[in-house]
Amino acid sequence: MLKPIRVLAGYHRVCLGSQESGRSKLMNVRPILYVVCAAALLLVLTAKMNAAGSAGLEEANRRKILLLTEGPEPRTLDPQIAQGVPEHHIIMALMEGLLENDPDDQSKQLPGLADRWEHNDDYSVWNFHLRDNAKWSNGDLVTTEDFIFSYKRMLTVTLAAPYIDALYILKGARDYAEGKIADFNQVGVKALDDRNLRFELIGSTPYFLSALLHTAWYPVHRETILKFGKIDERDTKWTRPGSYVGTGPFILKTWKENDVIELIRNPLYWDATNVKLNGINFYTIENYDTEERAFRAGQLHKTEEVALDKIPYYRREHPELIRIDPYEGVYFYRINVRRKPLDNPKVRLALNLAVDRESIVKNVMRAKQKPATGYTPPGMGDYGPLDVIHYDPERARRLLAEAGYPNGKGFPKFNILMNSNQAHRTIAEAIQQMWKQDLNIDVGIENQEWRVFQDSMNRLHYDVARYGWIADFMDPITFLSMWRTGDGNNNTGWSNPKYDQLLDQSAQTADPQKRLAILRQAEQLWLSEPAGIPIYWYTRCYLLDPSVKNWNALALDNHNYKFIDLEENGTPKLSLAH
Amino acid sequence: MIKLIVSRLLQLIPVVWVVLTVTFFLSKSIPGGPFSAERQATPEVIQKLNEYYGLDKPLWEQYVHYITRVARFDLGPSYTYQTSSVNEVIARAFPVSFQIGTLAFIIALAVGVTAGVIAAINKNQIWDYLPMSLAMAGICVPTFVMGPILAVYFGLTLKIAPVSGWYGLDYAPLHPMILPAITLGLFYAAYIARLTRGGMLDVLNQDFIRTARAKGVLSRDIIFKHAMRGGLLPVVSFLGPEFAGLISGSFVVEKVFNVPGLGQEFIKSVFNRDYPLILGTVAFFAVLIVVFNLLSDLLQSAMDPRTRK
Repeated sequence: MLKPIRVLAGYHRVCLGSQESGRSKLMNVRPILYVVCAAALLLVLTAKMNAAGSAGLEEANRRKILLLTEGPEPRTLDPQIAQGVPEHHIIMALMEGLLENDPDDQSKQLPGLADRWEHNDDYSVWNFHLRDNAKWSNGDLVTTEDFIFSYKRMLTVTLAAPYIDALYILKGARDYAEGKIADFNQVGVKALDDRNLRFELIGSTPYFLSALLHTAWYPVHRETILKFGKIDERDTKWTRPGSYVGTGPFILKTWKENDVIELIRNPLYWDATNVKLNGINFYTIENYDTEERAFRAGQLHKTEEVALDKIPYYRREHPELIRIDPYEGVYFYRINVRRKPLDNPKVRLALNLAVDRESIVKNVMRAKQKPATGYTPPGMGDYGPLDVIHYDPERARRLLAEAGYPNGKGFPKFNILMNSNQAHRTIAEAIQQMWKQDLNIDVGIENQEWRVFQDSMNRLHYDVARYGWIADFMDPITFLSMWRTGDGNNNTGWSNPKYDQLLDQSAQTADPQKRLAILRQAEQLWLSEPAGIPIYWYTRCYLLDPSVKNWNALALDNHNYKFIDLEENGTPKLSLAH
Repeated sequence: MIKLIVSRLLQLIPVVWVVLTVTFFLSKSIPGGPFSAERQATPEVIQKLNEYYGLDKPLWEQYVHYITRVARFDLGPSYTYQTSSVNEVIARAFPVSFQIGTLAFIIALAVGVTAGVIAAINKNQIWDYLPMSLAMAGICVPTFVMGPILAVYFGLTLKIAPVSGWYGLDYAPLHPMILPAITLGLFYAAYIARLTRGGMLDVLNQDFIRTARAKGVLSRDIIFKHAMRGGLLPVVSFLGPEFAGLISGSFVVEKVFNVPGLGQEFIKSVFNRDYPLILGTVAFFAVLIVVFNLLSDLLQSAMDPRTRK
């Protein structure tokens, strides 16, 4: 206790220029000093030792531990309850489904727990054979019963799985979920024996293999789930380290909320010999600037994003660190077609044609995004992006005049709604200016906090609202299904029976090329009376340390971690001090 | 004294109850629900989630249910951390904020009181203007500017502290709490310096100080023995609630240094509409503030005979 007092007393003495020791004269400030000392003592008592922790990039490379961040803290690691992208990315290291991601091309798949499969002529019945060495991380054999149990759990509506509708392509799945049939045997997934699994789908589904890569189709370990709760019980402790039983190349070692999730190699994984890394650490870092500093300090191999204003700097000064990959997503504005004058397709088309997307991409976003000439982004195999919408102020003015607003006269003022974010605002301001300049109409910009914004969108309490949509799998249907009448993600009030009919027809078309042609027709229709304004097709922009090998540009950003490697004596990163 | 302590602690119950009631109805009145997401789940799923967490019941029923649960010291499940209860979230986040806050408090006190005393005894000279201008600058420089500056200097240039996270780095000798604590501490030090200076000047102008000087008491003794005792009173009354504020965590500092403290849980719970977590953190802060106000009152009465009963 005495030592800190002396220290502090000495401090005052020096400051005051006195030469004498003054401890005995400090009686009256003692209470404060006691409090300070007590606090210091408490601090020491509660301070935890520095955990083994990270040792910087070179040491991580030597130990082959990949240091990543997925941004926010994952809410759960249960593949059937997970909803967000960070959750999916971490689960993909812990779990594997029937198939796994191809390390080079997101429209291809590699055999996962299944080693072979076949389908009938119209892609509506699929048989999968489970490989004989497919094991859970606790040593149990993966059987077809595990899959049946998992899909039953997923379709039990009281579990409230957010991706429950992903499974609705199974025959009878929706009816089971909605309680119209009680017998799960009537759902289109059957265990022919303990190695052979059959799926019966409601229609022709050539993209089924791609859909199967989604975590919603992953199996969960029956005994573990039931040990920690009932089949439909959410939030049980089975996802904690020590309890988590998975099928993936890695197992869960630690989970420190808002700090780090550490995974280590799973020795029982069927392909364990081909797993290059010894572990992956996923850090929770929500702030882009902090993330960038952590990268520069060697605490991360890769960032999740690059802040908008830093992109030009890295592109200019450190092109070896910045990566810009195409990303299967579209940035667009929704238009509420129930509000006048936006109910008029001509007005909506005019608004579309008066947006100079090239300029937005080049001057605002600056990360090689592509101007959206259609809705579905490029990269969907033979579908090809539609090349329909271009900047055409002449035609836009004409359309607006036809709609009864020559030179914007009498056009009621409306608002662009968005969630609070600087990038969204910058884009909105650019578009506001374009519309003013080309159409002579005035629009306001309104921002709302994220949850309020979503509430406004769901209730159609907006005129025009910004949004983004990322593919769940590699098929245009992942973009087009949202515009169906009454779809939960439509949120514009737009409805066209012809569109719904085309989508239904596509599901009954066995020939993949014909099917894509029908979908193209549907998108064409939507673009002719658009319930939105596609603005640009995404890219993903991030910083990647050169010591990371095989981190390829993937359109869905779903990396197969077992192929990722670290170069032990990787090129030392340049000094990044500004 | 004992009576005061007991009665103040008993006051906690109505205080927490009122705070919880107001927060409960306020939090439920914000638009937007906890289960919306970029890709909207089906209405059935949203409904089941509401049923699962009891959000489908009438508001008063939810309220009664919640209050009876809190009476048993159970703050309910968190929607954001799906495998944790609010009690668990607070139990793991509070120690982080507590460590950072306490160290910040010590820094603030040491720097602030010293600067304030020096300024007071050198009134209207360079050693008054200098520390006070620095203090003014300290108040004006927000933590979200100071934090990154420290992170870049100590983390990237000197490489002696981690710039992110609550885990140690082999090459960085400084514990992850040091930089956040300095950031927070310097900010509060500025306030304390100004308060100390004001308090000291008040006391130094009083008759008993003049008497002491006339009696020939050493200048140093006047400062330490007579003046500081009264001069620090405003600081002490400021410190109680401030200490509670410091150890309950700062959202900004926790974000800048990416440490898993309680401050960010509180802010994020509002963004996520995680009602039990909002209520739990608010109730916890209420308890902290009452307790530290009590402590600062006790300390004040020990230092100032006039407030003793």
